[in-house]
Amino acid sequence: MRVLGTIAALIFWAVGSAMAAAPKDSCITCHLELERKQSEPAKKFDSDIHHQAGLGCADCHGGDPKDESMNAMSRAKGFRGAPKKNQVPEFCARCHSDIAYMHRFNPKMRADQLSQYLTSVHGKRLKQGDTKVAACVDCHSVHDILPASDTRSPVHPMNIATTCAHCHADPNHMKGYNIPTDQVEKYHKSVHAEILAQGDTSAPTCSTCHGNHGATPPGVNSVANVCGTCHVFFAQLFESSPHGPAFAQMGLPGCVQCHSNHEIVKPSDDWVGVSSTSVCVTCHSAGDKGYTAAQKMAGDLAKLKTFYGRAEDILSTAERSGMEVSSPKVELASAHEALVKARVNVHTFNDAGVQKLTDQGVEISQKAYQAGVVALHERDVRRKGLGVSLVFIVLAISGLYLKIRQSESRPHT
Amino acid sequence: MESSDRARSGGGQPGRRWINILLGSGVLASIASFLYPAIRYIIPTQVAESTSRSVVAGKINELKLNTGRVFKFGSKPALLVHTAAGEWKAFSAVCTHLNCTVQYREDRHDIWCACHNGVYDLTGRNVSGPPPRPLEEFEVHVQGEDIVVTRNA
Amino acid sequence: MSTLSRRILAWLDERFGAGSIEDFLRHKTVPQHRHTVWYYFGGMTLFLFVIQVLTGILLLLYYRPTPNDAFESVQYIVTQVRFGWLIRSIHSWSANLMVFTAFVHMFSVYFLKAYRKPRELTWISGMLLLFIVMGFGFSGYLLPWNTLAFFATKVGTEMAGAVPVAGKWMLTFLRGGEEVTGATLTRFFGFHVAVLPGLATVLLAMHLLLVQRLGMSVPPSVERAIAEGREPTRSMPFFPNFLLRDIIGWYAALGVLGALAAIFPWELGTKADPFASAPAGIRPEWYFLFMFQTLKYLPPKILFLEGEFAGLVGFGLAGAVWVIVPFLDYRAGFGRVTRFFTGLGIFALGFMVVMSALALR
Repeated sequence: MRVLGTIAALIFWAVGSAMAAAPKDSCITCHLELERKQSEPAKKFDSDIHHQAGLGCADCHGGDPKDESMNAMSRAKGFRGAPKKNQVPEFCARCHSDIAYMHRFNPKMRADQLSQYLTSVHGKRLKQGDTKVAACVDCHSVHDILPASDTRSPVHPMNIATTCAHCHADPNHMKGYNIPTDQVEKYHKSVHAEILAQGDTSAPTCSTCHGNHGATPPGVNSVANVCGTCHVFFAQLFESSPHGPAFAQMGLPGCVQCHSNHEIVKPSDDWVGVSSTSVCVTCHSAGDKGYTAAQKMAGDLAKLKTFYGRAEDILSTAERSGMEVSSPKVELASAHEALVKARVNVHTFNDAGVQKLTDQGVEISQKAYQAGVVALHERDVRRKGLGVSLVFIVLAISGLYLKIRQSESRPHT
Repeated sequence: MESSDRARSGGGQPGRRWINILLGSGVLASIASFLYPAIRYIIPTQVAESTSRSVVAGKINELKLNTGRVFKFGSKPALLVHTAAGEWKAFSAVCTHLNCTVQYREDRHDIWCACHNGVYDLTGRNVSGPPPRPLEEFEVHVQGEDIVVTRNA
Repeated sequence: MSTLSRRILAWLDERFGAGSIEDFLRHKTVPQHRHTVWYYFGGMTLFLFVIQVLTGILLLLYYRPTPNDAFESVQYIVTQVRFGWLIRSIHSWSANLMVFTAFVHMFSVYFLKAYRKPRELTWISGMLLLFIVMGFGFSGYLLPWNTLAFFATKVGTEMAGAVPVAGKWMLTFLRGGEEVTGATLTRFFGFHVAVLPGLATVLLAMHLLLVQRLGMSVPPSVERAIAEGREPTRSMPFFPNFLLRDIIGWYAALGVLGALAAIFPWELGTKADPFASAPAGIRPEWYFLFMFQTLKYLPPKILFLEGEFAGLVGFGLAGAVWVIVPFLDYRAGFGRVTRFFTGLGIFALGFMVVMSALALR
């Protein structure tokens, strides 16, 4: 009995000292006991990256986490309280703009978020007293802040559009700003959103083109540059085409003029040309150089597609009939490549380059088509062979039949 | 009686002969038309075995260091690379973006697609531009003088 | 007959005793009546089986039974080997034709009650041969290792697993494992080119021997007509008359096979990918469709049995009944036509046709 008692006492002492050894954060312990809104920060803080880094409430809000009385939140103890909306950026920047301090935690981390923010529309308006705009906590959340690489973070690439939409897609919130509220809706119809949804985080989202902390919509003259960071060839060709300087002069927004800014859908070949679905006739009319070029380019693309289609059809017919057409199929792939390149070259808005490519493609398609013709001819040879063997079979059958008749017309012995 | 017997048996000797000729030639010709394909079938062709799994992409002295070459693998193009370090590598040359044929860039030691500036590294990984997936890598073995490229199942 | 052939036969006769065979063949006759046409179907099935063996041997010269190579080797045969397309398509088409003629043969024997005493063993060996033929079809179908074949095999072997107690063992035995893999392919190949041919040869020998020994059965209605003097007893010599007619049929079959191969070549399909999801509309070959469709219609539970299992039990029982029909319809042995069995046959045939048609819609 005595032994058991000693062991129990030892256990209690060990557990007790372990509990005592844990650093007591009075902010958390008190706030957990409070009502909903007051206890929320304490409840959420477990997952926060600051918590993971070993920081506590007092590191941002000041005060004394060891003091269990209300005195912990006194001015004397350095308590800063919760910042007002227009004080939030400086509140966070106390650490986040201190390079030396930040590099203790992450040597690669940037420390210019505040200076960038102050150049943005959000930052400027906040300084003017508009508390409806976004500040740090509106995008990054607060008390449960996760790094941008965490898929649960509101600023993870997959979630950014939803985060921006919180304000920018809310007509009530955006009343009075005179900017549209359908950007995110349009973005979701775009090719970029589709690719992003498939998991390719290199696909552009709002912050890719607009910036994140220094968020500013690209000006009319810088659109091509922005798109051109990824769509290199198109931007280069565009800048050196007649449209480059012309659009700049007219104040037209480069790529966006034809491709839209948010609702960027997969372009189709009939955008080029002079039909009702083409974008060229928005500005060009019959007789001017642009109209002619558009017409020619559309014709070239259509011609290549026709020849390519024919070759593809005949080769798959041949293949389904059991013919070996792998070589012509490989050759035909380069015709498709020519089509892809021609579509890029459309952005020179000059028929010469486009036609050169489509002519190459047409030539290759014609060769492939010929190979298909040969394969089908071989198939027909087979059928003729069949015909011949059927003739022999019919002969044999006729012979048999007559033989039977002959042998049975004589009385049996 | 003899003549009527002959009449009954379908014209007698000459008629019988014609039937026999018809039967014999029909049977012989048809048998020949069955045997001919069978005999041609069992004689091996030029292409000695089913190709799709492995292909001789070239000979070892055909490709210098730090060069690449496109060759046919089944019905698709493939890229054979002799790296600067002397390694042999092979990939599918079909770009995972829009199926253009990629090429090896000697100055940058990477694989490039000329259609939309897609770039892959020498492990086939898509590192820049529109390609959404890496290039399929093939196994390369040197057998004597031949470079044999095999697709893994 | 010429002297030369006479002398060769005499030489053989001294060693094999072939003379008695020759005598027998000379004297073998085939009854002639309005149902004689059905006598041709047995020989036609045998002929198509020989075609299968010959084309199968030719295919064996190039086929490789591993998942890496199977599809490619069939592709090679069809595109590179001279006349490979012909051999392969004939093999595939003839397989289907053979199953068809086997069923026709079986049903004609059933309705003409040729299974009655003393031909019970002929019937049983024939039914076993029919099952073997369907086994040939099922195992052969997987060999090209294309998507359709892979998933059809998956579904088909899955049903074996529905049998309780023995089901798991049967499934792993058939598949060579838990799933359909290369092991399944190897195994099916073994069944298709060794096990089933061996079994078929033994049963076929027994079947043919019995047919020669017992002669051709005359339907009860004809027998009665002859007994009552309404019809004369007519027959024709097997050799050469019946055989020449047989040969006409076989030539016609060859013509049909050649035409099918050249005009409707058998598809290659796409190589099987075990990790891809099954394409829509997977179903087995047409001769299994009636079972496949029936199982689809069964409710999940019948009494205390699981629906699928009950269906399998049903088919098993039906098959067993069918095999022992000569003993059940023993009255036929006395020349009496029991309407019940005729009705049962019509029901079975109708059921199979209707179910197959529904599956094809």
